[in-house]
Amino acid sequence: MTQIFHPSFNTISKVTIFGAVFFLGGGLWLTAEVNRSGYVTNEGVVREQPVHFSHKHHVQGLGIDCRYCHTSVEVSSSAGMPSTKTCMTCHSLVWTNAELLELVRDSYRTDDSIEWTRVHDLPDYAYFDHSIHVKKGVGCTTCHGQVDGMPLMWQENSLQMEWCLECHREPELFVRPREHVFDMDWQPAEEQAALGARLVEEYDIQSLTNCSTCHR
Amino acid sequence: MTDRAPTVDPGPAPGASPAGEEFIAPGHSLESVTDKISHLVLTRRTPRGWWIGFAISFLLAMLLVPSVGVLLAKGTGVWGLNVPVGWAFAIINFVWWIGIGHAGTLISAILLLLRQEWRTSINRFAEAMTLFAVTCAGLYPLLHMGRPWLFYWLLPYPNTMGTWPQFRSPLVWDVFAVTTYATVSALFWYVGLIPDFATLRDRAKSLPFKRVYGILALGWRGAARHWDRYETAYLLLAGLATPLVVSVHTVVSFDFAAGIVPGWHATIFPPYFVAGAIFAGFAMVLTLAIPLRQFYDLGDFITRRHLENMGKVLLATGLIVAYGYAMEFFFGWYSGSEYEHSMLSNRLSGPYRNYFFALMVCNVLAPQLLWIKRCRTHMGWLFLVAMFVNVGMWLERFVIVVVSLSRDFLPSSWDLYEPTKWDWGLYVGTIGLFLTLIFLFIRFLPVISIFEMRTLAPQSSEGNGDEADEAADREGGAS
Repeated sequence: MTQIFHPSFNTISKVTIFGAVFFLGGGLWLTAEVNRSGYVTNEGVVREQPVHFSHKHHVQGLGIDCRYCHTSVEVSSSAGMPSTKTCMTCHSLVWTNAELLELVRDSYRTDDSIEWTRVHDLPDYAYFDHSIHVKKGVGCTTCHGQVDGMPLMWQENSLQMEWCLECHREPELFVRPREHVFDMDWQPAEEQAALGARLVEEYDIQSLTNCSTCHR
Repeated sequence: MTDRAPTVDPGPAPGASPAGEEFIAPGHSLESVTDKISHLVLTRRTPRGWWIGFAISFLLAMLLVPSVGVLLAKGTGVWGLNVPVGWAFAIINFVWWIGIGHAGTLISAILLLLRQEWRTSINRFAEAMTLFAVTCAGLYPLLHMGRPWLFYWLLPYPNTMGTWPQFRSPLVWDVFAVTTYATVSALFWYVGLIPDFATLRDRAKSLPFKRVYGILALGWRGAARHWDRYETAYLLLAGLATPLVVSVHTVVSFDFAAGIVPGWHATIFPPYFVAGAIFAGFAMVLTLAIPLRQFYDLGDFITRRHLENMGKVLLATGLIVAYGYAMEFFFGWYSGSEYEHSMLSNRLSGPYRNYFFALMVCNVLAPQLLWIKRCRTHMGWLFLVAMFVNVGMWLERFVIVVVSLSRDFLPSSWDLYEPTKWDWGLYVGTIGLFLTLIFLFIRFLPVISIFEMRTLAPQSSEGNGDEADEAADREGGAS
């Protein structure tokens, strides 16, 4: 009887069968990694904007408070994007002829909004409210990172559900006193665990992990 | 080399038991058994009947294209299910198919461990039936999700949502039960096929077929060491599969029993479902075996004795199922709960009463024919009873699911369920898929285990020659 397989087939079949285990394992690991990377989440990715607005310059350099522009953050679900008029409160007086700001002045003249690229975009099936987080002592930097050090805006965290749940499951590890919510450089003066436990008590912070807390 | 029979497990020589002769017709030698079964696969001429049957099955299976396409495009709203009947065809057909699969596992695993020789000629296609039935069953929960591409959310893995499946839900147990079942069934089937693949490899005429069967045979040469390992692996797999016969349908029954809906919340559900599954499975084995035996002239291997045995199993499990129905009524009545009482009267006289009475005819009355030996051994009667049971087991799930859900605790939310054309399309489509797979199986794989049938050959050709005696010496139970 003639041979139907070359002798090398023995090795090939052993390698493929044994190798498949590693191939599948590696594939699963790679998928998990890619799903958590900036390619998928946009975490750490600097987004191109129509006007090169620098939070670093305005916050760190000039000391403008977050709420000067994001006016509704304490009372509404949305922190609010400033209108062109907010920009023009200063820029009608300073840098009035800067080429960089031509688009801003144009928007002011025509009354058409500047079309910013949204950096933090939660999916529509997730309900999120800024005001309650601010009231319960979640600082801006806890979620948004050191915005005062960002020349152009990026997303500091993944915004994936497991990230939300980190805090929702153990809020005491993240909360700070209300009066320091807008501080860019706040550090706990004592052990965070002790402070957090006290604040959780004081602000009546619940660990809300029910599905319908966010998926209503 | 592949003509060597398995060598472990020395038991009483099968030739010694006169009753065994009825499991294979007289006059067969090792070679004639191999020739006959492998010829079905290796013949160049595909029988006309095969083409006709395959074409019809394939056309039915093609119903899946519009049924699944429209479902995915528009969502589960195209089905008739809605509040309060939120589970209808999707789960009825799932349970029906899963149940059918159980006979294959019972035949291959439990009957193997109990050394029931007669399983030899029916285990291969019963296992294939199991595998294909599980395939069809799996489609339903996947499609009912609406977004089947997210099915992996059912599995516990470190996902980006930071959550685990709800381990307290029987539906999650179902995922484990059914995936384990599918995996073990596939392995069992494949391992059992390896020696036969080698036979086909050695007998195939064309090189591509030699190659394909050769790869599938995994280098099987029929060495004593191969047989030894094979026997160990097969026994281990049988041991693994045995609890699955009981556990899978038990878990499926928990889907209902763990709910508080009247008509579901009963402790008898697990054993009653398992018996029902074996009942349904044997009916399907008969449904496939009888035509297969007729058209391919396999009466020598699938003898009347086999069919009679299966008829007996059908009767016994049918009686257990009938007992289950009786107990459902007894417990309902004995509970004293007005909801249970209303559920029972709803079954008997509600809008779906015809389904209930049809169920009684199919599952309780029809199998009683099998008390008569002439019916148990007559192909036509057996086939008829099996068909009744196939329909009856579907009706049973319909009655359990739809009748209970359509009238639950709140009369204001009562509503009737009416399947739409897409419900039927998917159901008929899966039947088509099942039959298509069966037809392909019949054409490309040995429907009866060649090497296991060879172990029966000595009793067929007893005293005919040296070869048979030699084999009988080596050979033990029908493993």
